[in-house]
Amino acid sequence: MRIERIAVKQEIEDLGPVDLDLLNPLIEKYKSKKGNLIPLLQGAQDIYGYIPRPAFEKLAAETGNELSDMYGVVTFYAQFRLNPVGKHIIKVCHGTACHVQNARALTTSLKEALKVDDGGTTEDGLFTLESVACLGCCSLAPVMMIGNETFGKLTGSQAVKIMKKIRISENN
Amino acid sequence: METKVIVGLGSCGIAAGARKVYDKIEAFKEAENLQFELKKTSCVGMCYREPLVEIIDDTGTYLYGEIDEERALELIEKHINQQSPVKEYVVQSDLFETVDNEFTEDQVKITLRNCGYIDPENIEEYEAKDGYRAIKKIAGYSMSRLDVIQTIVESGIRGRGGGGFPTGLKWKFANNNKSDEKYIICNADEGDPGAFMDRSVLEGDPHAVLEGMIIGAYAIEATGGVIYCRAEYPLAIKRLEIAIGQARAKGYLGKNILGIQGFTFDIYIKEGAGAFVCGEETALIASVEGQRGMPRKRPPFPAASGLWKKPTNINNVETLANIPWIIRHGAAEYAKYGTEKSKGTKVFALAGKIKRSGLVEVPMGMSIRDVIFKLGGGIQGGKKFKAVQMGGPSGGCIPEHLADTIVDYDSVNATGAIMGSGGMVVMDESTCMIDVAKFFLDFTQKESCGKCTFCRIGTKRMLEILTNITEGEGEEGDIERLEELSYQIKDNSLCGLGQTAPNPVLTTIKYFRDEYEAHIRDKKCPALVCTKLLTYEVDETNCTGCTVCAVNCPVDAISGARKEIHHIDQDICINCGVCFTKCKFEAIKIS
Ligand SMILES: Cc1cc2nc3c(=O)[nH]c(=O)nc-3n(C[C@H](O)[C@H](O)[C@H](O)COP(=O)(O)O)c2cc1C
Ligand code: FES
Repeated sequence: MRIERIAVKQEIEDLGPVDLDLLNPLIEKYKSKKGNLIPLLQGAQDIYGYIPRPAFEKLAAETGNELSDMYGVVTFYAQFRLNPVGKHIIKVCHGTACHVQNARALTTSLKEALKVDDGGTTEDGLFTLESVACLGCCSLAPVMMIGNETFGKLTGSQAVKIMKKIRISENN
Repeated sequence: METKVIVGLGSCGIAAGARKVYDKIEAFKEAENLQFELKKTSCVGMCYREPLVEIIDDTGTYLYGEIDEERALELIEKHINQQSPVKEYVVQSDLFETVDNEFTEDQVKITLRNCGYIDPENIEEYEAKDGYRAIKKIAGYSMSRLDVIQTIVESGIRGRGGGGFPTGLKWKFANNNKSDEKYIICNADEGDPGAFMDRSVLEGDPHAVLEGMIIGAYAIEATGGVIYCRAEYPLAIKRLEIAIGQARAKGYLGKNILGIQGFTFDIYIKEGAGAFVCGEETALIASVEGQRGMPRKRPPFPAASGLWKKPTNINNVETLANIPWIIRHGAAEYAKYGTEKSKGTKVFALAGKIKRSGLVEVPMGMSIRDVIFKLGGGIQGGKKFKAVQMGGPSGGCIPEHLADTIVDYDSVNATGAIMGSGGMVVMDESTCMIDVAKFFLDFTQKESCGKCTFCRIGTKRMLEILTNITEGEGEEGDIERLEELSYQIKDNSLCGLGQTAPNPVLTTIKYFRDEYEAHIRDKKCPALVCTKLLTYEVDETNCTGCTVCAVNCPVDAISGARKEIHHIDQDICINCGVCFTKCKFEAIKIS
């Protein structure tokens, strides 16, 4: 993955202006700390949901980190995103325990219901579907997480039902 | 005594609905103005019974299992208001035996001593359970650094993060390297997918880990501490932050701790960013420094040159949680448990096709069979036990006929698996071992940092061969090719990731060769997992002619009129399995 993440040229969409002032408190906090690169990027992602290009440039200019180092770090760690994500991120666990309890069925059903591939975002921007390795709730396998809420002992259709409930409440 | 009602709010409990149960009880208590104390705790390990609610009154303790919102109100009504406990929901009590006693009676809780018994967000509850007494003992008796290290050496404890290196010895090396700046790091990256004991300890007893770090810092003269915790554990991070704040306020962290002159130490949390290889110690250090998490060559070991090139000691969460107990009770008390070369107890995370999944802590030397069948209650749904996976992506599958192997580092290593962090994923006859091997290779292949050619490309080639085998494209010689690649990857990789990545493949070849051969020669998957190797047929007795399978078939291989029995044309069928998953009447047979 690490290799694939680097080898595939990341398409960076232009989404218009982003409010860069939001970064100021973060930069203040970490500016003079050793090893600040990862917390800075994590903080930026918390603000925007992903890391927009202008944010990289501002961080580079004001913290003294090199753009190339930043790109290297962002493409190494699975957590970082270079493109916007949906409002709700659905993380389906594909750890060992969930795998043997048929986590594949969850992903397959969700893919079909959301009409996206693994890693993709729905057209209405509501959901992003992701696979993760182990959420630490292996005793409730198979497990998925939406936002900060974890759901266990699921079947494909139950997973879809939970997603649809969120969609209905969003559309009202 | 005021009656206590305690709700288990670990991640697993919350996922099962415990937060809602807590809120419900709280609202009810307020609305009815009831007299009892409502408290929070974390996971006691009985994840299979979540959500758990414990009621402690003058008569005794009652742990209730599988309590949803409705049952919670029933409990309060009956147990508190009418003083008649609801026996049918009790899973554990100090008054009578239950079926769940099998799960607990052989356990010895040292690491998990407080998990599920105290409120992890309250330092006083930890102190009431002899918390911070170990560091006070060190200060009070003026135990020297060498005394502390000697106690840890004599206890025989070995690192619980997977490597099994003697902890006392590691501390000795770090102590020997003099420097004005030194670090102690707690490895809370818990990368093995299928293990969750570190999460449970951090959520349930964060102060035990902090106290372990403080003792370690004293022993090696560390000036700074870092906890490297994976970002997937938000609750653990939150509770650690609370615990660190409380420890600072009480003077367990800071300057001249407990009056020990010159002992100044503080701890910070670093959140991981999602990379399995960062569990490896040199990669972890690179990541803390803000770089890509690439392992480097050792020596120099971190004990000589670690974080910011200063002497650094790295220990796992579980290792550190044991330290205060050992200091308080003495080395001999700890070494009483376990086998000759593996002392003490070990926590195992039981998951997969097991009846009682959760966390157990047993003395080293118990047989795997006892852990799975006695504590774990055996296999779900009356199926046959096939194998248990230990050690995650670095480990292997131990088959049924070796289930009498005892759990200690050397015995588990002898099977080709490793103890690892203590995840036990149980598999039954419906698990395909090639699929499992492929699953792990897919994992390590994605997580390889790409530095070593053999690990980067070798794992990819192995994954391709395994994929071919599961899709019916396997060829004679594939097994030998897998073995050859395995040995080359093991020999030519820098870090533990590559050196152990082939283990899941090697152990499944060793113990389940016939299953590989069935896939390769007969193009059959005996466990009926690999969809491309199965034949799909309509079961005429169950088919209602609802047409769902025909509508969903991507290649139009299914024919039949509405309300009439359908038929699958085997010449057209591509074995995708869609009809099987779509059919609501179990009318698609696989063979
Ligand atoms: C690829 C790889 C992943 C590892 N992941 C972890 C981990 O998640 N947690 C951990 O404690 N140790 C992990 N280790 C072991 C650490 O390198 C190190 O040995 C350990 O943290 C030392 O602590 P201990 O002596 O207390 O076990 C990993 C090692 C390798 C090679
Ligand atoms: S394997 Fe899915 S939560 Fe651990």
